[in-house]
Amino acid sequence: MTAYLLRRLLNAVPILIGVNLITFVLFFVVNPPDAMARMQLGQKYVTQEAIEQWKHDHGYDLPLLYNERAEGTARFTRTIFFQKSVNLFLFRFGRSDSGRDIGADIRQRMWPSLAIAVPTLVLGLAVNITCALLLVFFRRTYLEWSGLALCVGLMSISALFYIIAGQYLFGKLMKLVPISGYDTGLAALKFLILPVTVGVVSGIGSGVRWYRTLFLEEIEKDYVRTARAKGLSEPRVLFGHVFQNALIPILTGVVTILPLLFMGNLLMESFFSIPGLGSYTIEAIQRQDFAIVRAMVFLGSVLYIAGLILTDISYTLVDPRVRLQ
Amino acid sequence: MTWVPLWTDALLYLLLAALAALALYARRQEHLRRPWRRVVRSRVAMVSLVVLAAFSAIGLLDSLHFRAPDSGEVLSLFDRLATPLRTHMEKTYSAPFATHLYSREWLVVEGRRVWTHPRLRYGGAHLRDPAEKWPDIARTAAIGALKGLVVWSGAFLAVALARRGRPSRDFPWKTVAATVAVLSIGGFAVAGLSLKYHVLGTDKVGEDVLYQSLKSIRTGLVLGTLTTLVMLPFAIALGVLAGYFRGWVDDVIQYLYTTLNSIPGVLLIAAAILMLQVYMATHAESFTNVAVRADLRLFFLCLILGVTSWTGLCRLLRAETLKLREMEYVQAARALGVSHGRILVCHIVPNLFHIVLISVVLDFSSLVLAEAVLAYVNIGVDPTTYSWGNMINSARLELAREPVVWWTLAAAFLFMFSFVLAANLFADVVRDAFDPRRAEESG
Repeated sequence: MTAYLLRRLLNAVPILIGVNLITFVLFFVVNPPDAMARMQLGQKYVTQEAIEQWKHDHGYDLPLLYNERAEGTARFTRTIFFQKSVNLFLFRFGRSDSGRDIGADIRQRMWPSLAIAVPTLVLGLAVNITCALLLVFFRRTYLEWSGLALCVGLMSISALFYIIAGQYLFGKLMKLVPISGYDTGLAALKFLILPVTVGVVSGIGSGVRWYRTLFLEEIEKDYVRTARAKGLSEPRVLFGHVFQNALIPILTGVVTILPLLFMGNLLMESFFSIPGLGSYTIEAIQRQDFAIVRAMVFLGSVLYIAGLILTDISYTLVDPRVRLQ
Repeated sequence: MTWVPLWTDALLYLLLAALAALALYARRQEHLRRPWRRVVRSRVAMVSLVVLAAFSAIGLLDSLHFRAPDSGEVLSLFDRLATPLRTHMEKTYSAPFATHLYSREWLVVEGRRVWTHPRLRYGGAHLRDPAEKWPDIARTAAIGALKGLVVWSGAFLAVALARRGRPSRDFPWKTVAATVAVLSIGGFAVAGLSLKYHVLGTDKVGEDVLYQSLKSIRTGLVLGTLTTLVMLPFAIALGVLAGYFRGWVDDVIQYLYTTLNSIPGVLLIAAAILMLQVYMATHAESFTNVAVRADLRLFFLCLILGVTSWTGLCRLLRAETLKLREMEYVQAARALGVSHGRILVCHIVPNLFHIVLISVVLDFSSLVLAEAVLAYVNIGVDPTTYSWGNMINSARLELAREPVVWWTLAAAFLFMFSFVLAANLFADVVRDAFDPRRAEESG
């Protein structure tokens, strides 16, 4: 187990280097350091000295990937790519191009992201699984058929419409909750209700259908037939046996997205102006703040890989047949 | 009149040709015909197919571009057909079927200056008295519906005569005929009305919203289909190679898709779009035409969406190939000395066909939906391209107006919903028919 984990962790390193290289190339091909400096300093009245000074201050005065003037390994280490990436791997995110401390920003903005993502996930799971079990319970009836039809309908509506309709209906017409914004502490609650509700509702269509297929797959197995043959009632079979055994795929699905919760929901956050990591990233993209974007991409991929490893571990925990070696 | 072939036009028609070829090929293969027969027997599938075909017809008409001889504009065949809609520009907002502008202006009426809603330039302009509006609408709609009915019955008779004496098999003729009837009667009624009124109102600059919604169909269609066309070769080739050869090939390919997968897709798309914009800004001289520029961006968006979305299918295909390569018939082929290439082409790829088909039809609607979200982050299609995402994006702020301007949003919702719903329903039936496990289950 330990050896397996160690190997997985070592495997993560080349992936992270690859991710870094891709974002690096993408953004620097678009935006050479000179253009970045111009943008940060304001387009007009910029002297060449000011640009050189800015590049020097932010560590952009080195060659991009290969330093011809240096010797030996310094040819690769004395470059922007290496200098900027090493710190990322040590989780030292440094300062953004506009001079803010990225690490502090992330620590501060992670909480609103979690505050919206965790309830959405938990409530969503509860609602989706309940509905899916009900559909399976009423299978081969008109109830199931109309439920499925409703799901396809819900699935076909763009997430944007859920957000717009929610804001308009509950925020503007009924004035139950504020349309957007955020507050600290418990006062944040009233700002969170609407995004969480919208998040849960917009996921119902595809979620219920997905869990339904999981349950249907489980229900065909032999142990279910045995349980029925023993004379157990259908609800007992369904909620006791089938549900418990379907927990394995459900759990693995959830574990993969757990780390990504930190990143928050990009769309929700920027629509409801919640100061989380998702809106942070979008703003950084629009401002072309390279340091923030890279930090967030790096963090995102670290979390993604962590999710994959967690999934493997969770397999061994819930299914004794799986052994990691 | 000179044709202006745009990139996406050419690819769209290429795709259509490929589909036709595939259909001809599938007709001769029994194992492919059987699932398709199930699809054809399904009433839901046929209704959604008719709806999708209607959408696609508009999209394809909109994909034949030419340079107008008089003005030098690049127009499509659809623009030509919908010319009254395109040129009937009002000053600003007007509600559906309105005869007056939505906002007030100072007007001189009988020598006095009045603060009132002026009459529209085109919407209901033929009416002497705006109070006659509703009877006129009813009359126009009825005439249009009648025309639709005549056209439909003509087509119906022709098909019935052509098929006389042949057994109908299980094809749901009645359902299809009813759907076509609804579409043609409704279509003709709306077309008749749209000549006299703005059926779905006008937007901020006075452009007809119905025209915008119809033009957006092409964007959705292109994104949904071309993206798949871009991604399929990657996904199939890499997935099959990784699963079949294993070893270092597998390692490299797995590394490739894990790396791409761990980058949040929005970031990758944003970076690529920024890159394109910078490229266009520095090479401004070769992108003088707005239509060509917008089209290139659409094509590029398809490319980049394809790059971010091939990983999922690739992983599925790799897993399935790992399983297939251990099957007895593949082992036998290998023992007989059949080359790797032949085994891959003749034994492995045809058996992956159902997975490819299922994921293609399932992806289609999510791509159409994704476009709307990207438009919101400003990394979607060009702002000058008509798309439901751009419509929603511009209509969002109008909800804050008092009284509310709701029609742009409603129109985008209506069109997008019916398009995606039809695609989803059709995809469901196709998946059920092609998935071997499900196919056994329901017979």
